[in-house]
Formats: sequence, C-alpha cells, structure tokens
Amino acid sequence: MAGGRAPLPEHGYLTIAIELADVEKTFVVWRKRGRVRREREVVRAVDGVSFSIERGAMVGYVGPNGAGKSTTVKMLTGILVPSGGRVRVAGVEPARQRIDLARRIGVVFGQRVQLWWDLPLQDSFELLRHVYRVPADRHRRNLDAFVERLEMAPFLATPVRQLSLGQRMRGELTAAMLHDPEILFLDEPTIGLDVVAKARVRDFLAEMNRERGVTVLLTTHDLADIERLCERMLIIDHGRVIYDGGIEELVALHGAERTLVVDLAEPAPPLELDGARAERVDGPRQWLRFRREELSAAELIAAVAERAAIVDLAIEEPDIEDVVARIYRGDAAVTQLGSDPGPAH
Amino acid sequence: MRLYWEIARRGYRRFAAYPAATVAGIFTNVVFGFLIAYILLAVFAEQGQIGSYDASDAVTYTWLAQGLLMTVYIWGWYEVALRVQSGDVATDLQRPLDFQLYWLAQDLGRAAYHAAFRGIPPFMIGALAFDVRLPGDPLLWLAFPVSVALAVVVSFAFRFLFNLGAFWLLDYRGVAIIAMVISTFFSGQLIPIALFPDWLMHLAWALPFASMVQAPIEVFLGHARGVELAALLALQAFWGAVLLLAGRAVFSAGTRKLVVQGG
Amino acid sequence: MADTIALFGVYRRLVGARIRSQLQYRLSFALNTLGTTLISFVDFAAILVIFGRIDALGDWSVGEVAFLYAISSVTFGLADLVIGHLDLLPRMIRQGELDVLLARPLGSLFQVVSSDFALRRLGKVFQGLAVLGYALVTVEIDWTAGRAGMLALMLVTGVVIFCGIWVAFASVAFWVVDSTELANAFTYGGNYMAQYPVNIFGAWLRRFVIFIVPLAFVGYFPALFVLGKEDELGLPEAFQFASPLAAAASVAGGWALWRAAVRRYRSTGT
Repeated sequence: MAGGRAPLPEHGYLTIAIELADVEKTFVVWRKRGRVRREREVVRAVDGVSFSIERGAMVGYVGPNGAGKSTTVKMLTGILVPSGGRVRVAGVEPARQRIDLARRIGVVFGQRVQLWWDLPLQDSFELLRHVYRVPADRHRRNLDAFVERLEMAPFLATPVRQLSLGQRMRGELTAAMLHDPEILFLDEPTIGLDVVAKARVRDFLAEMNRERGVTVLLTTHDLADIERLCERMLIIDHGRVIYDGGIEELVALHGAERTLVVDLAEPAPPLELDGARAERVDGPRQWLRFRREELSAAELIAAVAERAAIVDLAIEEPDIEDVVARIYRGDAAVTQLGSDPGPAH
Repeated sequence: MRLYWEIARRGYRRFAAYPAATVAGIFTNVVFGFLIAYILLAVFAEQGQIGSYDASDAVTYTWLAQGLLMTVYIWGWYEVALRVQSGDVATDLQRPLDFQLYWLAQDLGRAAYHAAFRGIPPFMIGALAFDVRLPGDPLLWLAFPVSVALAVVVSFAFRFLFNLGAFWLLDYRGVAIIAMVISTFFSGQLIPIALFPDWLMHLAWALPFASMVQAPIEVFLGHARGVELAALLALQAFWGAVLLLAGRAVFSAGTRKLVVQGG
Repeated sequence: MADTIALFGVYRRLVGARIRSQLQYRLSFALNTLGTTLISFVDFAAILVIFGRIDALGDWSVGEVAFLYAISSVTFGLADLVIGHLDLLPRMIRQGELDVLLARPLGSLFQVVSSDFALRRLGKVFQGLAVLGYALVTVEIDWTAGRAGMLALMLVTGVVIFCGIWVAFASVAFWVVDSTELANAFTYGGNYMAQYPVNIFGAWLRRFVIFIVPLAFVGYFPALFVLGKEDELGLPEAFQFASPLAAAASVAGGWALWRAAVRRYRSTGT
C-alpha cells in the first residue's frame, strides 16, 4: 500500500479500489455478406473477467489489439454498461453513477485529446477547475506543483493544438490529476513519445502513486512501462484474463528458453548436447538454446567445456516482450494456478 | 479519350459508394419539394397564370428543381480550391492530363449518378403526390437530357472558375459563398424566373446562371419549342463554352502566379 | 438549486472561452457575420418576388408573411447559435470524442451544447430583426400590452422549440450513421416552413407541425394573436397562447430522445 499522505476525507475507507466479478460485455455486430444481406454476429468482447485491485496499487493491463482492454476500461469508467457481472470502482457502480464516479477518477486517453484544442493550456486547466469543482486554493497548489514537476511553464500559454505530443501528454496528465482523483486510468499514455518524454511520464506516474496514494491502472502496449512501474500485470486475450501476477513470475513460469552464447577457441560444427540445441553458428560463436527447467546454465557450460575450449560466454535471458509476444501468437499457453488457461488458439 | 471515360466512372463511383447518404439526400429533397410545392400552389391559387406558368407548371418546376439540385451541384463544391490552397495542384500539373478536363470528366460522372439517384426518385415521389405535367412531345424527352447535360457543364465551368479564386485569395470561401448565392438565386433554383419582375427576369436570362437550372426546366415544361428550343440549347452551349474558356485562361494566370499556401 | 447555478457558471466559462477564441480574429469574424446576414436576405428576396405578383398568400399580406419570416429567422438563428453545433455529433461519435465527454462529471448533452457558440450565426438573427422592422412598419398592428408581451414571448418560445427539435433529430445520430442530412431536413426544413402561414400546406403536413413537431407554434399561432387575424383553420383560440406548452413539449421530447440515445450508446458502444 502506498503511504506518505492520508487520503482526503471524501475518499472513504475502502481497501479495494477496483473490483470486477464475472464481468461480460457482448456486442451485436452486423457483418456484410455480399452486397445487401447482413448477418448478425455476437462478439464477446469481455468474456468473464474477474480481478480486484487494492487502493494504492499500480497495475499494468496488457493484451493484443481487440483483446478487450479498452472495453474493460470503458466499463470501469462508466462509459459502457456491462452486459453481465459486477463492477465496483471506488465503491460505486460506474454505469449507474457515472457522474459521481467521474469526480473521483482521472482518465488519460493516449490517442484522444481531453484538453481544449484551440485554447492555451492554462485555460484548459482553469476550465477543469470549474468542471470538477475544485476549491481554488487546492487547484492552485496542485497546478503549481505539477507545472514545476513537469516543467510546463514555457508552454502554459500555448494553444494545445500547437503543442508537441510530449508537451500535450504532460498537460493531459496534469489535467487528470488536478482534482486529486483516487484512481487514475491510463490508456496508452506513452504511445508515440520519445525516450525522454516516456521517462518523464513514468516518473510522474510513479510519484503520483507513491506520494499521493493514487491507484493506477495502466493499459499499454509498451511493456517497458510495465516493467518500470508495475509489480503486477494482467494479460487479457479474447476477452479473458489469462494471467494475473508479477512480471518475473511470468517469465519464470513460462519455461521460456534462454540462450547461451559461447565463443569457442576455434570454429566447430554445431554442438550436440542433451537439453540444448544450437540455434545459430557464426564462425567460432554459437547460440545454444536451452530450457531452464531441463538444464541449468552451469551444467550446460560444463557440458560445452567438455567438448570444446571456451574463450568467452554470455547468457541471454528472455525478456518480457518475448514472452508476451509468444503468448499473443499462441506459441505458449499460460497456465497458472487459479486462473483460466485461456482458449486454445 | 478512354482515360477521361475512366475518370468519369471514378467520379460516378465516388458517390455511388455512399447509398445511405443518397437516401438521406432524397429525403431532404422530398421534404423541401413538398414545402415549395405547397407554397407555389398557394401563389397560383391567387393568380391562375403568371407569365408562361400555371399551377401545374409550378408544381412540375418544384420537383424538377429538387431533382436538378444535386445533379447540377451549384452549392458546396470546393475541391479545386482546396487543391490550390494546399499546394497539391503543383503535382497535378505534372500529370499528363488536362487539369480542367480531368475535373470536368469527374463531374460528369458524378452528375450521372446524381441524375439517376437524386434526380429521378424525388421527381417520381412528387409526381405521385402532385399533379405534374409531363412532356407530350417525344422530341422534348430527347432534348431534356441534353439540356441537363449542358446545364451540368455550365455549372461546372462556373464552379471551376470561382474555385480558382484560391490562387489569389487566402480566404476564398467568402468569394465562393457570394458566387454560390448569386448563382443559386439567378439559376431559378429557389423560385421560377418566370415569377421575377420583368426587369429582373431580363437580367436573369442575360446571365449564365439561368442555363444551369431554369433552362432544362423550361425544356421539360415545353415552354421552348422549335426554333426557341434550339436557341435555348444553343444558349446553354454558349455559356458552357465561354465559362470553360474563361476558366482555362484564369487557370493559366493562376499557375503562373502559383502562390503555394498552407503547409 | 445550487447545482443549477454552478452548472450555469460552467456553461458561461466554456462558452466564454469559445467566444474569446473567435473574437481573436476580429476582422474575419465581422466579415463572416456580414456574409451570413447578406446570404440570409436571399431567402427573403424570394418572398418579395412572390409578392410582386400577388397581393396575399393564403390570406396573409406581404407584411404579415414578413412577420412570420422574421420570427422564424430570429428564433432559428438564436437556436442555431446555442445548439447548431449538434450537427457535428456524428463526427464526434465516430472519432470517439463522446467518450472523452462521458469521462467527465457533467451531463453529455450539456457538454455538447456548451462546446461552441458560433457568433457568425448572429448574421441570420440580424437579418431577421431587419425584416421584423420592415414587418412592424408595414402591418397595422393594434398594439396592446398583451400583444407586445406575446411578441416578446414568442421570440423566447420559438428559440426553445427549435432547440428541442434540434436535440431530438440530432439524437438520431446514435442510431443512424452520418445522420446530419436527415436532421437538417427537419431543422432547416422547419425553419423554412415556419416562414409561411401554416394554412397553405396540405392537411397531413399541417397536422404534423401542429401536433407532432410543433413548428406551427413558433410563428403561426402566436402571430394570429399579435396580428389580430382569424385562424382559417378554425382551431380553438387557446392555441394562440399555447406556445409555452409547445416549447415545453419540444424540450421534453428532445431530452427524452437524447437520453435514450446515450443509453443505447453506452450499451452498444457505437
């Protein structure tokens, strides 16, 4: 749980910020068949999703396009009404109490602009003060803090349409936080940003979570975001949560292959070893793939040393991108205690 | 020649791709058709004959005008102006196509679609609800499509011309809107020119705009027969030629000046 | 009550921002407005042409028709000013901008309405006022306090009626893709129709604009009272005082349709 600041009186005393139980969302889509006829098709965008997030947590939400991420977030923010199941955010049902909830949450859409396009950035902030009915002094304090933190002073007077993407995103983050929300929903906040801008966003989010106890649900395609910020990650695919846990756990659980890169004293034919295969050979260098649970690195190194003289070596670990890509492609079924194995692809 | 035929087909298909928009447009035509028809009927209830028009003429006029509205397309076309403003016209000049003929061909293709799907349906609906007058003379059934085609050419040529204002003006829309308002009024699209006071009527027929809408309507109503019919079609052709030539001249001047705006 | 005041404050600020942004380009704005004023006159030119040939339309003189025309123009122009940007709703839905609105703690219709205030639409209002001046000079009105009051009232109720119609037909955007043209047939068509006395239209159309889409209460019925005319349709005199009722019904209908539309959007996501 994040500490550092007592929650504001109106936040209530809830420990669970977000809760979904068997939530479903089905859409009826009319597909064209030929020139005139249309066929009715039922799409299960969200097909029985359950998870809960405690206050002060920062959780990543990941999935291929069309998996149901945006649909879930829209149900959490009250934009969409669920077809089934139960949703509770900050203790209320989002679909029923959209406006009440909207006061207590912040939303950042990576690809849509919430700020007023033609107006100077500071005008947007001022308008939001009235939209969210933030007391003037609190608004001032927050605004000053964020402007300084995100170095926005140079472009506060610039119309939003003239801002660069990085500048705009800083504005959007500020806009989402000015009213001291309990929960922050972010949908692809780092998309299209350069390295420096991404770092800024991540630092800001980490600080909001740490210093202000804001619960964060981060939807993103950039797994580095998640690696840097989240301890917990949910993967959704075809409307179902197929993984809910830590990142290292996922990599470990996966039994993914590691690679031993050996530089031999002399070029040799591909080494044949138990539990490992030579994936690539380039002169004296060989890339040997092996599975964690079948063979330890030490054992493999010893086996190689028996057959050839080693000059140098390195071990390449699978990274989270690798793992997730393979999950998306269906190359790896995720099995996890207590969670759905997911449909066979 | 084959190339321009393909361009015309493309113009046709661009609009055929949105059947829903066409249906919505027909609906609008029908609504306004009913309103205008009732208004003109009330006018002719006061006075049975005005100029060469009687009540039946007026009602027929109404539904023809609605049908011609999109076919002739006086209002709302800025494509050339947009290309000039964005500077894309520079790339167009490098193509082995005549700029004006390219757009003319596209417009004719478009007009074919609109004549069929925004022209005929409202008229048929109007004919069911009101007492319209159809041409008795088979010659008129031939002359009418010819007159409509000429009307489209005249309208296109004028639109092309004022679109070229974008070469000289940053905000061409002001000029465009004035041009469209004047041409709409004097084309007979709003009320039949036959209802204008005499002096205004003479002015209207001296201008090219009457050839865009009123001319084909007069053909259909049988108000121009024999020599008069030939003269009317010749008038349309005359204005078409004059405006097209003027457009070519202005375009040359414009490309020489080529002020690239936007970007 | 405090909520409503707060809401009005938010509206004032949102709209104020839009107005300020338009006034930045003062010359362009002035020219635009002037242009709109002049263009609107073409509409009236058609009426003048008609009356060049006849003396009365459905028993209404040129001044009396000008009166109807003026009321329709002024009230429609004001409604257009406040709510006309609802025409952009299909595009907003397509581009997902509605989701941005739904994420804020304000009603969706309120946000769409307060998203713009296109001052150039005042052009139509100015033109309408000019024609109203002409009408009041041309027609001999037997002025009483009641008649003056009715004139003021009908200007207000007319705006409200058009606003209700606009919201109602804009809501169709949630069911039909790219519905702007369809809505225009009723809003702009409604404006056009309200310029003329209702008795010249066919019976079915008359019934439609009296009982279903209450356009007849923008001009026709209250005008009968102000101008001291007999109702050729033979409807009860009470109709001449019913414009506030029509306004309320129009707004209620529009609001109900909007809410149903948003409910559907939130269920189906389109």
